[in-house]
Amino acid sequence: MTTNSTSPSKVHVTTTINGQKHELLVPGYMSLLDTLRELIGLTGTKEGCLDGNCGACTVTIDGRIVDSCLVLGAEVNGKNVETIEGMATPEGLHPLQQAFLEEAALQCGICTPGFLVAAKGLLDNEPSPSEGRIRHWLAGNLCRCTGYDKIVRAVQKASS
Amino acid sequence: MHPFAYVDPSTVAEAVALLNEHGDRARPLAGGTDLLVKARANVWELDAVVDIKNIPELMALSVNGDGLSIGAGVACYEIYENAEIAVQYPGIIDGCSIIGGIQIQSRAGLGGNLCNAAPSGDGIPSLMVYGAVAKIAGANGTRAVAVSDFCTGPSRTVLETGELLVSIEVPKPAANSGAAYTRFIPRNEMDIAVAGVGVYVELDGSGQNFVSAKIALASVGPTPILATEAGDSLAGKPVNNESIAAAAALAKDAASPITDMRGTIAQRKQLVEVLTGRMINQAVERARG
Amino acid sequence: MVATFEPKTDYKVVGTRPIRHDGYDKVTGRAIYGGDMKLPGLIWGVCVRSPYAHANIKSIDTSAAEAMDGVFAVITRDDMPKAESKLVDLGEGNINFKWASNKLMANEKVLYKGHPVAAIAAVDRYTAEEAARLVVVEYEVLESITNVVDALKPDAPILLPDLVGDDLGEDVTNTNMAAHVRHEFGDVEGAMSSAAHTIEREYNMQMVHQGYIEPHNATATWDEEGRIKVWTSTQGAFPARTQIAGILQVDVSKVKVTPLEIGGGFGGKIPVYFEPLAALLSKKSGRPVKMVMERTAIFETTGPTPGARMIIRIGADVDGKLTAATADIWFEAGANPGAFIGPAAMCVYAPYEIPNTRIDGWDVLVNKPKVAPYRAPGSPQVAFAMESAIDELCENAGWDSMKFRVDNASKEGTRRGDGVLFSKIGMEEVLEAAQTSDHWTSPIGEAPEGKKRGRGIANGYWFNIGLKSSANLSVNADGTVQLTEGSTDIGGSRTSMAMHVAEVLGLAAHDVRPTVGDTESIGYTDVTGGSRTTYATGYACWIAANNLVEVLKDRVAVLWDINKDDVDFKDSVFSSKTESGKTIGFKELAGKLDDLGGPANSTGSVDLESAGDGFGMHIADIEIDIATGKTDIIRYTCIQDVGTAIHPSYVEGQLQGGAVQGIGWALNEEYFMTDAGSMANSSFLDYRMPTSLDLPLIETVLVEVPNPLHPYGVRGVGETPICPPIPAIANAIQNALGVRLYNTPMNAGSILEALK
Repeated sequence: MTTNSTSPSKVHVTTTINGQKHELLVPGYMSLLDTLRELIGLTGTKEGCLDGNCGACTVTIDGRIVDSCLVLGAEVNGKNVETIEGMATPEGLHPLQQAFLEEAALQCGICTPGFLVAAKGLLDNEPSPSEGRIRHWLAGNLCRCTGYDKIVRAVQKASS
Repeated sequence: MHPFAYVDPSTVAEAVALLNEHGDRARPLAGGTDLLVKARANVWELDAVVDIKNIPELMALSVNGDGLSIGAGVACYEIYENAEIAVQYPGIIDGCSIIGGIQIQSRAGLGGNLCNAAPSGDGIPSLMVYGAVAKIAGANGTRAVAVSDFCTGPSRTVLETGELLVSIEVPKPAANSGAAYTRFIPRNEMDIAVAGVGVYVELDGSGQNFVSAKIALASVGPTPILATEAGDSLAGKPVNNESIAAAAALAKDAASPITDMRGTIAQRKQLVEVLTGRMINQAVERARG
Repeated sequence: MVATFEPKTDYKVVGTRPIRHDGYDKVTGRAIYGGDMKLPGLIWGVCVRSPYAHANIKSIDTSAAEAMDGVFAVITRDDMPKAESKLVDLGEGNINFKWASNKLMANEKVLYKGHPVAAIAAVDRYTAEEAARLVVVEYEVLESITNVVDALKPDAPILLPDLVGDDLGEDVTNTNMAAHVRHEFGDVEGAMSSAAHTIEREYNMQMVHQGYIEPHNATATWDEEGRIKVWTSTQGAFPARTQIAGILQVDVSKVKVTPLEIGGGFGGKIPVYFEPLAALLSKKSGRPVKMVMERTAIFETTGPTPGARMIIRIGADVDGKLTAATADIWFEAGANPGAFIGPAAMCVYAPYEIPNTRIDGWDVLVNKPKVAPYRAPGSPQVAFAMESAIDELCENAGWDSMKFRVDNASKEGTRRGDGVLFSKIGMEEVLEAAQTSDHWTSPIGEAPEGKKRGRGIANGYWFNIGLKSSANLSVNADGTVQLTEGSTDIGGSRTSMAMHVAEVLGLAAHDVRPTVGDTESIGYTDVTGGSRTTYATGYACWIAANNLVEVLKDRVAVLWDINKDDVDFKDSVFSSKTESGKTIGFKELAGKLDDLGGPANSTGSVDLESAGDGFGMHIADIEIDIATGKTDIIRYTCIQDVGTAIHPSYVEGQLQGGAVQGIGWALNEEYFMTDAGSMANSSFLDYRMPTSLDLPLIETVLVEVPNPLHPYGVRGVGETPICPPIPAIANAIQNALGVRLYNTPMNAGSILEALK
């Protein structure tokens, strides 16, 4: 039996996060969300519900958007993780980030990282989605402040 | 939450050995979208989670002339993004597309949905009406159980201690067949089904008469229900409003819902009748091509 | 003497849409919210919570938890200071420290499911949660009450034995009725009996939650000098400080509150929950302690809005003029007093001119979490009742309900239900804008087979508060200006503050750099709530900016060796009144300040009455699948008097956000209670807030009736928008199906029932 355990409860994980390689010892029970926020210190991904119903913890694993509260840190061994912190580059903001600012698509901003990562997951594969497709794709992200109107407009603005 | 160890075997035999060793204090981990929620809520106290996603047989997805084979850990998105499966098994696509939202569908799969055995499992009715079979591995070898017989109660299945779902085998649908699944939810996404109905129909060559039909219901009993009498009532009948309405009424009779925070008995019964009618019509449309 | 202002039209910055100053940090994940706080040596705190809604605590045994590896400290009721039974004004409502303390940590009994009975600090969250499961509590379970009718029965179990209720000024003991108030004007019964058309209806609403996505949190240290530092997501650092100091029985000067970024509040983050507990755990453990609340506990133990039972009666004469109205309103306070019946009384009749009125309101204890403000607390409830009744009265009498609202609209001099007379208000302008709106003048369209469509309208009102705010300014050598203000920023307000200053000084919005201060770096500022922030704190910023101009005029006087009175300032340029052509721009002057007397700073503070009455009307088009009862919103418009929109995007956002909360409340949200008195649906799975797939784009019409009590005409806007949606949808359902619902949520199951 192959095992990644180096001790009864911690797992040796090698993963790439926003293009940077990380080697970690992660408790077997620790979520990817806590691994990012507590172990590595990337607090841009947010905790909202811890049961996969609000999307505030959205990150991508190998290009697919997931709720990181329902993934274990151990499960990203050998995988590529992207978080909100990786969205802008030294050259500037991602068009989605710029659009969110211009369209005032955030009020309190706590859901914003989740929405940006989720929306990028859509536009990376479908550059010109319809309003209905945008709403369907983002239905796993809750916002309580905006009523979604300006978020949808921002995604439309950022799409080609 | 009881702190658990994480292990990721690479063979079925290793996984079975681990599950045997820990009994009900270990669970297989596929998508994690039910397991982690239950562990956090202390519904289960676990010493170990056994990640099955490095076991090739459990992650395989294939469709060919014999049918469709879905590994227990295959995620919903892999199924609905497969063009071949979308054409041949539209009823299964319907179920996969509405479990949770996009983030959940990146991880959750039909294997987990089946093993979680919620009466409301959106993936299960379609598997039932397609006549799917669950392939199970255990210390004593492998066995097969019809999906329709797999769930025995809320959160209870035929799996014994140390047994592991390996794959779900779906036979090739007949010619002139179609299938569809839908559910009623209060919002437009992200809800547990108040009532769900899956239908499979086989029509004759003219497309005007039913040869056979199967109807399965979610959220209206302790397990998903195969409404046998309702499905059988369509055999040999013409495709018209009368026969469809009669089948829908029989489906309603087969439902034994409770009243809870998601819906009332009366509401659920009405929904079963309405959704059965709609899904028969949609399955017929798909059968006619 | 209260200053009044004439409306301006030549704004340079007000009315534009700059990118918010905190925006870059927020779209990149850099912004630090309460849950992101880190300190060296930080440990984690959790609560041990009651599984029962009502029970006596017989014993608490924490020994196993204390012995567990990794546990640093455990506190119980024995560690809580004895808070006084003292009422303190927090701005939007009073607080009694004794009840506030009891809410955070149970004393002799638990009063709601999830009521904390102990708290544990441990090396990490997982250890703390496991330790919590080791605390053994012996309960004697009591009968629990979950609705106002049962609470007021003569044989009802009494929640608070030492509560003295106030029944129209009379003391009442052995009761669950905390207060009964009445407002009465004119001859209500006489007018009602001679009315040509009357209607009387009862409405019932379940509790709903604010639903902010960010959990409650607090990080605290208690040092060797007895000084307490708290970092938290709060709607007001100063009100939080007052509460923390009062509950911990220390002077306010011993408590420093640093507000971190906040992920939504809607009123629910005005009360403190974890701050005092984290501080006590820090005191006992000697470590900084962070606490972040689980979503289940957020629903079960932090303040939802009151559930309500309301009986409305209205009477009108044969010409369609309202002559009389009565409202009997029972609100659930939860486990201790304070259910917003005062605001409900202010709002219930506000959109209408009614000569004879009575309101009776009861504040009732039930075994549910203590309610907290939720966006116009009390007003959406009475709007549902009143706006439904108005529409039904019109249906029965054959009147057009839009025309009825116009004919009976409140105006200057109209008496509100609590007796206050309106000054200049915008109800009529709102109705005018609604009638000419694109939505109102467009047909609803054909419903597809099996579905029915309906359109509904409703008014909404909130009074908007003023209160206290502070602002400080200082000039940088490059001509930019630092602004420190005390309003925690939940929705982009710091930018609106900067825009006030920029407008006065003739600068670009981005040349004013705003910071939200902590309780040691800025003067007292009341809550970010009550729709007061842009109004009151903006006003304080405006005062500070004008004071800064005076300071700078002094420096120009030195520079040119003239009298200060001869210095003029306009559009960021200082000029001499006596010597034409002698000018110096703001930026250039800033660069010279070192030689002209050094740093140039100013301050401004306010204590204001009202932020101006906020009236709105919403139009809702819905489509219902009559076989399943499912309702979809197909078009929605918010029309509201917003005074002056400093940053129109964020004003639009307030309307849209409030409308969607109201839509969720109308269609699906509720506290579904079990017989044992607990909330069955305490997760985002079954507490169903709207997702992006449940809504269309939300249209907004910003009617600007400038508020004369603000230099730029700002009026409070944030709370009014949650008031119209519920009745607008009830009226739309009636329009679509010919059936009316009197209870919320008006979900698919209720609609199917009503169609039978």
